[in-house]
Amino acid sequence: MAAVVLRSVTKQFGLSPVLRDIDLEVADGELVVLVGPSGCGKSTLLRVIAGLEELTHGSIEIAGRRVDGLPPQERSVAMMFQSYALYPHMTAYQNMAFGLSLARYDRAEIARRVHHAAERLQISALLDRKPAELSGGQRQRVALGRAIVRDPAVFLLDEPLSNLDAGLRARTRLELAKLHRELGATILYVTHDQLEAMTLGQRLVVLREGRVEQVGTPLEIYRLPRNVFVAGFIGSPAMNFLDASVVSADVREVLCKLEGGALVRAAVNGTPLHRDERVTVGVRPEHLHQTSDPEAPLHGNVTVAEVVGEACYAYLEIAGARDGFVVARLDADTPVRAGTALQLHAPPERVHVFDAAGDALERSGMRRS
Amino acid sequence: MTPMVVALAVAAGWPLARTVWLSFTDATLAGPADVAWIGFANYLEHDAGEWYGVLADPQWWHAVRNTLVFAVVSVGLETMLGLAIALALNTPFRGRGLVRAAVLVPWAIPTVVSAKLWAWMLNDEFGILNHVLLGLGVISAPIAWVANPDLALGAVIAVDVWKTTPFMVLLILAGLQMLPQDCYEAARVDGVSPVKVFLRVTLPLLWPALAVAVAFRALDALRIFDLVYVLTANSTSTMSISVYARQQLIDFQDIGYGSAASTLVFLTIGLAAIAYLRLVRLRPGETA
Ligand SMILES: Nc1ncnc2c1ncn2[C@@H]1O[C@H](COP(=O)(O)OP(=O)(O)OP(=O)(O)O)[C@@H](O)[C@H]1O
Ligand SMILES: [Mg+2]
Repeated sequence: MAAVVLRSVTKQFGLSPVLRDIDLEVADGELVVLVGPSGCGKSTLLRVIAGLEELTHGSIEIAGRRVDGLPPQERSVAMMFQSYALYPHMTAYQNMAFGLSLARYDRAEIARRVHHAAERLQISALLDRKPAELSGGQRQRVALGRAIVRDPAVFLLDEPLSNLDAGLRARTRLELAKLHRELGATILYVTHDQLEAMTLGQRLVVLREGRVEQVGTPLEIYRLPRNVFVAGFIGSPAMNFLDASVVSADVREVLCKLEGGALVRAAVNGTPLHRDERVTVGVRPEHLHQTSDPEAPLHGNVTVAEVVGEACYAYLEIAGARDGFVVARLDADTPVRAGTALQLHAPPERVHVFDAAGDALERSGMRRS
Repeated sequence: MTPMVVALAVAAGWPLARTVWLSFTDATLAGPADVAWIGFANYLEHDAGEWYGVLADPQWWHAVRNTLVFAVVSVGLETMLGLAIALALNTPFRGRGLVRAAVLVPWAIPTVVSAKLWAWMLNDEFGILNHVLLGLGVISAPIAWVANPDLALGAVIAVDVWKTTPFMVLLILAGLQMLPQDCYEAARVDGVSPVKVFLRVTLPLLWPALAVAVAFRALDALRIFDLVYVLTANSTSTMSISVYARQQLIDFQDIGYGSAASTLVFLTIGLAAIAYLRLVRLRPGETA
């Protein structure tokens, strides 16, 4: 059974549409991650599901029950707010216990739940403090704790880990993954963090300007982005885009000519294309390899080389590149410095081609569902 | 800092010091030139088996009682009404801005004017209140609202509540708008009952603003003068300590005795302020 079903969910503030015609089904026990640029409507979507904002039109079902039109408390959701929304005059403990009514739980059960959640989030020592006496990351964990002590049908978590340092974030992420498995909870999770999105999400929803751009498993979205926006948004560093024109295209392969004259092969179905059509070629930094072949499609001089431990990011000036340069993720041991001349090659099955409208051409030999 | 202290000393300290000094003399309005120091005689003196002085005057103690009853009841009512109205005005509805402005009208009218207004409306012969009540059949004979000693203090309190509740509404509304809105959304999603939210979230968060508003009003109410004087003049049934002091000073032209009463008014209010601040600070869990 689907835990959350959104049908043509639309929300306008005054005349400006913030959510446009969103359809989404979240399965029971699924963890769905919402990603998208700032201001694309992620928080608004959670607020609409929680019932804090009224729908302009469309419908929402939670656990098989139509809930739009019901007040928030009857929707059986727990929400963690991006702003934390802690009660400033209450201690961390009181904050977490406040939503647990004495009608449903006895005092001992409330204490057990709060302490259990606090332990998982490593805030047991902070339970007597008020929000003003906590750091941003500590407040965030109290807010997360307040959501997880309840047992709703759906959790709505708005950037729950954004304020934590790298180590704590990784640990809390694991705790969340464990929690999700143990509780079998249905979670809608907003994040700006690529790693969180890729590792936590069973499915990813990419939003732009209130529209769903693509829904799929993290790997699907990484491998088969539907358009330039999704391709550029998912993956870090972002995909390289190069302007090109079609030399030849058939059902298995497209041959493109870059601005500089070099030829690039892509294993995509080129039947919708015609000769000389303008296209955009996309290659991820991690799919560019160094080669000694002088005919290699991409060659140029390194302007900056960043060694980040396990890898070296080389920035090459290449004509026709969207940002003026192309980034390649090379082995950290590769001896490159600023000024080194590099030849790069990309396997055709890793090269993406987008038409003039920005839509991706299908990978050859595959059918996208 | 220093200029402020000097300004305060000149503006408030000097008249106060002079009043205190006069209260230890036998000065009268007729001849303040040759005054003699008579110690505490204006306050309390035992002479020939009799007690004299302000503190021995049953009229004074009656005024103290009136003032305390007036302050506690009117500020209490104003706080409760003010809270209720402010909460209502804090929820969004069509035309809220207009209602907010309208609520302030009674407060914007000068006290003397509104007191006079009410004196007419409460008049037993020509007042509109009696007219309406008679017309509705609620009462069978006109009531002397301000002349009847049993009703007069109630009438004064009612007019003060009418006049000053808007001020309370304004202060509380300002406090309400400072409250973090997202907490309320969290409480809604968690299904916390509105009563529990009010008692456990709104009231504690509003407490500092409320305490200041109540302190302001209480100190104001303790020195009530104009309303009482315009509505009921020197009637003993409503006489406040300020009216008492004025009567001694102006009507009886006894500056020494009147100054003693004024000094006592000052002391009473000062003590009330200190006691109140103590009370507010001692409330558990409310130290910032
Ligand atoms: N109450 C409101 N009234 C008018 N516009 C609003 C309101 N709330 C949000 N918006 C607008 O809706 C858009 C989406 O906002 P939202 O908070 O959902 O973005 P977001 O995706 O959560 O962004 P971020 O990643 O920065 O948190 C923004 O352009 C914002 O200005
Ligand atoms: Mg947001």
